[in-house]
Amino acid sequence: MIRVENLKKSFYIHHLQRSIPAIHSVSFEVKTGEFLGIVGRSGSGKSTILKSIYRTYLPQSGHIWYDSAAFGRIDLISADIQKMVTLRKNEIGYVSQFLHIMPRRSALELVEKALWEMGLDEENAKPIAQDALRFFDLPEELWDNYPLTFSGGEKIRLNIARAVVKQPRLLLLDEPTASLDDASKYKVREAIEKLKQHGTTMIGIFHDLAFMEGLCDQVYTMESIVETADTEG
Amino acid sequence: MSEQQKPILILKDFNKTFGKGCAHCDGKPENRRQGYCPKCRTVYACQDISLSLYQGEIVGIVGESGSGKSTLMQALYFDSEATSGEYFLEAYHSGEENLFLSSSQQQKWVRNMLLGMVYQNPMMGLKMNFSAQSNIAEKMIAAGNRQVHSMVERGDTLLEQVHIPLIRRKDSPSHFSGGMQQRVQIAKALANEPPILLLDEVTTGLDLSVQADVLELIQKIQRERKNSILLVSHDLSVVRMLADRTIVMLNGRIIEEGLTDQVLEDPQHPYTQQLVYSLL
Repeated sequence: MIRVENLKKSFYIHHLQRSIPAIHSVSFEVKTGEFLGIVGRSGSGKSTILKSIYRTYLPQSGHIWYDSAAFGRIDLISADIQKMVTLRKNEIGYVSQFLHIMPRRSALELVEKALWEMGLDEENAKPIAQDALRFFDLPEELWDNYPLTFSGGEKIRLNIARAVVKQPRLLLLDEPTASLDDASKYKVREAIEKLKQHGTTMIGIFHDLAFMEGLCDQVYTMESIVETADTEG
Repeated sequence: MSEQQKPILILKDFNKTFGKGCAHCDGKPENRRQGYCPKCRTVYACQDISLSLYQGEIVGIVGESGSGKSTLMQALYFDSEATSGEYFLEAYHSGEENLFLSSSQQQKWVRNMLLGMVYQNPMMGLKMNFSAQSNIAEKMIAAGNRQVHSMVERGDTLLEQVHIPLIRRKDSPSHFSGGMQQRVQIAKALANEPPILLLDEVTTGLDLSVQADVLELIQKIQRERKNSILLVSHDLSVVRMLADRTIVMLNGRIIEEGLTDQVLEDPQHPYTQQLVYSLL
């Protein structure tokens, strides 16, 4: 599904006239339906890998080969921007611990918007969005409220609901459970397991290593890739 | 495998200059300073601009004052003549005719039928001595409509959609607040259901609450009508919220373009980095 080859990324800061290295020689392969967990210390470049796959960052060199349903095998580093827009709307999801809210947009509308982007009309999108919010235990009285007023945990659950509701082929999880309580983490894990059963390929960073146990088919430690004993997930 | 769709708007090598140029600057961009010639004072407002717009997408154009954003929009709406370049719309002769070379009559047709424009300054987009309803009707008359009843009905529908109370439809926009004037401009731009909207600093100068109203309206329109939108703004938050792709302009040139989050989180050009670091 996705093969990362010799990925290198640094950030050139013009006013400092110097480059800040982030990652180099990152290579791994994830097969369809597999879950790859990325581990490493803070600042080791874990998020940089995910953001390079999502094209939020522009790597200096390397390849990210992705088997797209719409475009076939495509290098996400050099793909046409328009194709990336399409892939983000229909195939690749990204969840971080931060929720980019929009003014006067209710929680329900935020989740619905993800479905509208895929071409669903309002009538069909609404019940699917409601199911997603219900699954992540977002109280019904909050659905029509603005997320600005939500607690940290509620915002994150909403963020995950928004990405998961699209049932993406490839889901990138950038420490989405960082500030969740155990019950909320359990919900996220349940969702990930469901997506796995559904055949979704996932690459995830989780601070909590115990959380990743039993979920990952592979673990990438920033230096090398190791097959785990539990490949059944 | 799906076919990549064709752009509905293509602009190639667009240039707009104010002045005749001289031997020092003509064809020699290296001799120009920040978009103008120090010898003959010719202003190179837009230089070699190429861009495309696809069905249903919002493209943000950001850059400081004087970077050429509004000049670009005015040329696309035929408010001012292009110095050179090619401009194609898929909905006009299957995108095979350079609209910059079309007759003024053809340009007028395109402007009325295929484009909708919202200016930063409502004085440019609205007739302040006409009623809100008549402003919408004016655009429909320009498109050849002569049926008063249907124009009134359409005007009422559009004013309702942009949340202008119908009781005020016969009032002049000069008696409206800034936010209401922008909403009447949006209604007027939509009068003939154009596939493309050109929005030039549409939320600038509005207070936060009214700005949120207008942004909400733009999103609603785009979702329901699948319009393609070119959105000029110097407010990066507005662009972050609305645009899939973003173009950065400086001194009349495109210096960077990419996915909006990429431009904002991993800016490549020194100017874009400074712009992003200035974001509150």
